[in-house]
Amino acid sequence: MCFPRSTEDVAAAVRVAADHGVPFVARGSGTGLAGGATPLDDAVVVVTTQMNRVLEVDPVERVAWVEPGVLNLDLTRAVQHLGLHYAPDPSSQQACTIGGNVGTNAGGPHCLASGVTSAHVLAVDAVLADGEVARLGGTEPDVPGYDLRGCFVGSEGTMGIAARIAVRLLPDPPVVRTLLCDFGALDDAAATVSGIIAAGIVPAALEMMDAEITRAVEDFVGAGYPRDAAAVLLVEVDGLPDGVAAQVAAIDAVARAHGARSVRVAADEAERALLWKGRKSAFGAIARIAPDYYLHDAVVPRTKLVDVLRRVYEIAAEQRLTMMNVFHAGDGNLHPLIVFDAREPGIWSRVHDAGDEILRTCVAAGGVLSGEHGIGMEKRDAMPLIFTPDDLDLQARLRDAFDPQGLANPDKVLPRGSRCGEVRRVPEGTWV
Amino acid sequence: MSPGTVAPAVAEAVAALAATVATAATVVPVGSRTHWEVGGPAPAGTEVRAPSGVLEYDPAELTVTVAAGTTVGELDAVLGAAGQQCPLDPRDPAATVGGVLAAGLSGPRRLRYGPLRNRLLEVHLVLADGRTVKGGGRTVKNVSGYDVARLMVGSLGTLGVLVQVTLRCEPRPAASEWRRLDVPAAEVLRRAFRPAAVLTDPTGTTVLLEGFPEDVAAERTRLGPSTGAEAPAWPTGPHRGRISVRPALVDRVLADLAGLGIGALGEGGVGTVHVAAPSAAGLDAARTVAHAAGGWLLREAGPLDGFGTDLPNRALMARIKDALDPTGKCNPGRLPLAPVPVGGPA
Ligand SMILES: Cc1cc2nc3c(=O)[nH]c(=O)nc-3n(C[C@H](O)[C@H](O)[C@H](O)COP(=O)(O)OP(=O)(O)OC[C@H]3O[C@@H](n4cnc5c(N)ncnc54)[C@H](O)[C@@H]3O)c2cc1C
Repeated sequence: MCFPRSTEDVAAAVRVAADHGVPFVARGSGTGLAGGATPLDDAVVVVTTQMNRVLEVDPVERVAWVEPGVLNLDLTRAVQHLGLHYAPDPSSQQACTIGGNVGTNAGGPHCLASGVTSAHVLAVDAVLADGEVARLGGTEPDVPGYDLRGCFVGSEGTMGIAARIAVRLLPDPPVVRTLLCDFGALDDAAATVSGIIAAGIVPAALEMMDAEITRAVEDFVGAGYPRDAAAVLLVEVDGLPDGVAAQVAAIDAVARAHGARSVRVAADEAERALLWKGRKSAFGAIARIAPDYYLHDAVVPRTKLVDVLRRVYEIAAEQRLTMMNVFHAGDGNLHPLIVFDAREPGIWSRVHDAGDEILRTCVAAGGVLSGEHGIGMEKRDAMPLIFTPDDLDLQARLRDAFDPQGLANPDKVLPRGSRCGEVRRVPEGTWV
Repeated sequence: MSPGTVAPAVAEAVAALAATVATAATVVPVGSRTHWEVGGPAPAGTEVRAPSGVLEYDPAELTVTVAAGTTVGELDAVLGAAGQQCPLDPRDPAATVGGVLAAGLSGPRRLRYGPLRNRLLEVHLVLADGRTVKGGGRTVKNVSGYDVARLMVGSLGTLGVLVQVTLRCEPRPAASEWRRLDVPAAEVLRRAFRPAAVLTDPTGTTVLLEGFPEDVAAERTRLGPSTGAEAPAWPTGPHRGRISVRPALVDRVLADLAGLGIGALGEGGVGTVHVAAPSAAGLDAARTVAHAAGGWLLREAGPLDGFGTDLPNRALMARIKDALDPTGKCNPGRLPLAPVPVGGPA
């Protein structure tokens, strides 16, 4: 394990690993939920936590250069006084690093309108698997040739290590309004999500919490969430005053038309902050219910939310598991959360089976395996659910082009046997 | 249509295209030829055309799946009927969606709507050996595997033939208006909130305001009196290109170009400068201006060399090309991937 302090340190560490043919794994804060930063065998772990400086902020171009170990929230704090912010805001933003965000292409509630990490990363100085440093992308709008930066973001450390990152900052909106919509039925909340989009509104954020998580959060934070709601929607709109007012009115109308029991607009910044604190503390809140949790991450087409959610609850019931849902409803990004006590005999296999079944349900509805947590080890072997052997072969070749020796975080993302001609893959048809 | 395969409506056409690609010695994907001169010179070879048609569109999803040969005009008409848009904005709406993506040219509303590469969610392409593969996924959010879709944007047909794509769309703004202002672009960028475009040409600044009618009206007041409501003219001429520089350098590049008598239109806050020159020498001079500002110029029309610069990370790009197209049959020469010949410049 090593703790580099500079790009040169990272390159030196990688070169040593490469010279000895030893794999290396990039690691930020280790908050990743797909096992991407977990070393296998005797890999060298390159931990970026000592590289935590914001190197440069250009308020006119609205660009910041940062080291990979900068915490997500620290970046926004560092530019706040300029009226700027860094948009991707994972719930783990107090703990996770920008480098880890680049590795997983992280998302967050406020990525609905502005896009996930890849839409905010302009350039990466990457240490490639041979120890060479390459600038991928750039702060000019277009760079000649292939979009290497686009490939690298979300590659979970399998294409090299981000040692310096240029991100786009956004100006703070003049007006922000946050609405809390309270529903007596989960289906109504889900239908409201589609209704808002169908009304031509893409909110800045559109989050859903079901009955159990709402109660848990309220007991934990006391944010004023209705304890008896079947589901709540947290909706945020921002922009210029008149447009925001129009959107608030339209969302209020859509929610009520779909049976909302009440729609509350946060009166001031303090109330707004408290509502968000509730949403972002969901994972702290559940610790009071059971000692362990398994958080899933999958995306379905927004119009399939109602059907898929219904099935997800059925799966939990079939496996006799406690399940809660707190998720980015606006982009169809589900986060079924199974809470349990690992000491209960046989529980792991039920948790696992439920997870598999949820994934299959999402894929059958036209969804994908992950919206923001990544594939890592966790979902590596599920990749054939959505990709054919030829699709996987293409990805394996792409990875090999970046890392011909196969030393950058091996055995993550792609299942063994992804390369056509490699020893046999999972028998065809098994997964589909 | 089941995920992982192309839509039934185009399956036959794609299979035929794939068979052609598999046996051809050199494959030259063709759209509407509206961007034909972008990048390196077109090779001679077997021309292939992606099928066309809007394949799947549910406005509530804010995504649309089209065959890559669909024209932007056709797509825009379908989206417009549902009050939505996908601001690809090529100069000529006869351009095909696949052609726009392959050329990688973002439209003038990039300031507000982001670069082209952020639009593409899923791509199906025919590889050099005739296999049809998929990258990305159709949902608006997806981190399942590598971002093959982004890799295709700007790849100029050198990695395979795009046959079917899924794009992210969004509500069409209720109000949209151009305003010509006596204010420098930098000042407009400071004052306006999320303008769709802030363009500068030798006659001044033009801003495109889009959004809710009340917001547009408020912005109008904030920005001051307008001296015209027309979109600025694109620089025209037989020798065209686009310069890419850091946004802060747009004004300097514009001033340098004006000194040389070269027509130009700069995208404030973005860093793209569109240029047109009466001669190849003029465009070459514009390229020198771009290089002096740490940027580069992509030839869009005329006989000048396509890139005028070595590709950054050329060796890595060449390995990617090799991985997808080992025999180099897809659009050779469109990207300068080959090493400089022995005896040539170091
Ligand atoms: C309570 C909780 C809530 C969460 N909420 C969200 C959420 O809302 N949205 C979301 O997207 N995620 C969420 N996550 C997951 C996690 O926080 C993100 O995946 C985050 O991006 C990981 O950052 P990290 O610094 O911890 O990275 P790590 O866990 O250390 O690494 C993650 C992956 O990135 C790679 N990596 C790390 N650093 C680099 C680098 N410098 N260069 C290249 N690759 C690198 C690693 O190899 C690994 O594959 C949550 C996690 C928790 C525990």
